[in-house]
Amino acid sequence: MTSFPEAARVELSNAQLRTNLRHATETIRAKRIGVVSELPDWEELREAGRQIKQDVLANLDRYLVEFEEAVQAAGGRVHWARDAAEANDVVAGVARAHGVQEVVKVKSLTTDEIRLNEALADAGVRAIETDFAELILQLDGDWSSHILVPAIHRNRNEIREIFARTIAPGIESNEPADLAEASRLYLRERFLEARVGVSGANFGIAETGTLVVVESEGNGRMCTTLPPVLVSILGIEKLLPRFADLEVFLQLLPRSSTGERMNPYTSLWTGVTPRDGPQELHVVLLDNGRTRALADDVGRDALHCIRCSACLNVCPVYSRTGGHAYGSVYPGPIGAILTPQLQGIEQAGSLPFASSLCGACYEVCPVKIDIPRILLHLRAKAVEAKASRGEKAVMRLAGWTFAGAGRFALAERLGARLGGDRPIHKLPPPLSAWTRTRDLKRPARQTFRSWWKHR
Amino acid sequence: MRIALFVTCVGDTLFPEAGRATVEVLERLGHEVVFPAEQTCCGQMHLNGGYRRDAERLGRRFRSLFEQCETVVAPSSSCVGHVREFVGLENVFELSELLVSKLGVDDVGASFPARVAYHPTCHSLRVTRVGDAPKRLLRNVRNLELVELAHADECCGFGGTFAVKNADTSSAMLADKCDAVEGSGAEVCTAVDGSCLLQIGGGLSRRGSNVRAMHLAEILASQ
Repeated sequence: MTSFPEAARVELSNAQLRTNLRHATETIRAKRIGVVSELPDWEELREAGRQIKQDVLANLDRYLVEFEEAVQAAGGRVHWARDAAEANDVVAGVARAHGVQEVVKVKSLTTDEIRLNEALADAGVRAIETDFAELILQLDGDWSSHILVPAIHRNRNEIREIFARTIAPGIESNEPADLAEASRLYLRERFLEARVGVSGANFGIAETGTLVVVESEGNGRMCTTLPPVLVSILGIEKLLPRFADLEVFLQLLPRSSTGERMNPYTSLWTGVTPRDGPQELHVVLLDNGRTRALADDVGRDALHCIRCSACLNVCPVYSRTGGHAYGSVYPGPIGAILTPQLQGIEQAGSLPFASSLCGACYEVCPVKIDIPRILLHLRAKAVEAKASRGEKAVMRLAGWTFAGAGRFALAERLGARLGGDRPIHKLPPPLSAWTRTRDLKRPARQTFRSWWKHR
Repeated sequence: MRIALFVTCVGDTLFPEAGRATVEVLERLGHEVVFPAEQTCCGQMHLNGGYRRDAERLGRRFRSLFEQCETVVAPSSSCVGHVREFVGLENVFELSELLVSKLGVDDVGASFPARVAYHPTCHSLRVTRVGDAPKRLLRNVRNLELVELAHADECCGFGGTFAVKNADTSSAMLADKCDAVEGSGAEVCTAVDGSCLLQIGGGLSRRGSNVRAMHLAEILASQ
């Protein structure tokens, strides 16, 4: 994976992207504050969410089996997938068994994580994204840069141009309603023709085997109700113990993610119902690095995430670089702690450093994931795994110097020789990274310590 | 009250004027300030850089020097936050917090004739939680005009080693902060953390801006 600083440099040079991002994140942020502040028990809800997720992870072995039994009892089939390849094989197998060349998809990060579309293409099956934003990206061979608003980095002129090249030849209008209509005409046919639908799930209820998808457009519900066969893929951490727990999460999620009191469509389905909706349901429970994260007593809290994206919208780093710099389907602060755990710290060692530790993410997280704490935890792991010898030597020397007041005072006296009033304009590498855009205040000619001694 | 000063490593070398000002303000209010000479660094830089064991060693060292003190003050919310959260000491306070919440003082008798923008640093807001203490103190400074800072609670982009490791992103954040500071009409930008002032001051200086970065303690010490 390209390191974050390198990838960020490319994204930062795109002024249009920064303007789009700033506008979009500020709008969602303001909406979120509005609907969160009207709830007197928001903090209690967050705490309830945190506790429920903690219970899920502590007893995941039990809840998973309970969920499997409930799905089977309701007429669904459960598949266990250790990794992306196993999960993709299940979907390809279902498509093959039904002889289809095309499946329709609900917006799903989990399927992006396992690169399902590519795997299906290799198996001769075309996956059609039906979420408006995901469709735009798919038509242009682009990829998501935000958990909730995947095409946040594209504007309506670009969308018109993409549609004109693909599904709506000759379209001239860039009005949102006209663009939506063009996608509707295209997608309706796909929905009616599709014989296999593929979805993720926001929640899976262990008690009942119910799957839940929340969305804004209703296209997801088309996919989960029209095709006679449905495959739903969810990470093993997506379970909730009881149906009643939805009361907490269906308040936390829409308010945190779109800044709405309630999302327009909440679809729930349990197994199969004769003559209503899909008559064949496959549920794929995906590990793909999650049990490794679960084994880490600090890092595991990242698995509490309900993918609301509130942390992205408040992040001063994300709102400058956008999502692509994070090199994963999980961008922003949550991505910086999730990706290194799912893929291994060796693969994504620069991500835990992609934060100024400002703490805005922790403040808004609806399930109170202490992201800064996990970032620090993962930084220590990254240093162990791959810090340069030079950096280690400098940090050790600094540590040794700080460990003795005499040594520190000596270092200060050496520093004071550079002392003066005029700032430093240029320093050699690696500190040139500072002076490229900033002056550096010189050390004082007299340290505080020395002043105190002589006062 | 007898108050031990933890001047911080950055304060000792780069912002001794903030340390001196802290002493001045507290002594003016009739308190005794002591300076444990063995102090160096709290270890935050090592923790944030991923060098946890070094941070733990420095944390233990800090504890042994300061845990017996009744009250410790530091002119840095970030170091105070680290000492509370990571070292586990409860007797350490950021200057404005000590003055307003613990000593019940919101007017230190200062005078500072300038238009001032206050940048609430991230750690003062979300870790140390000093609340509106700095602003309350600033509002009572004679001849000082406190101006509004747009997007005030947004990070300046310092973040310790982040400023160098992710210099491009850090600089993009700084550019927005400097725009806001300059747009506020302030002559001085103040904060309770030297490290953030190093960043903001460095950015303003590079732009050739007339706005100066100055630690809150210095304003409070002015008469």
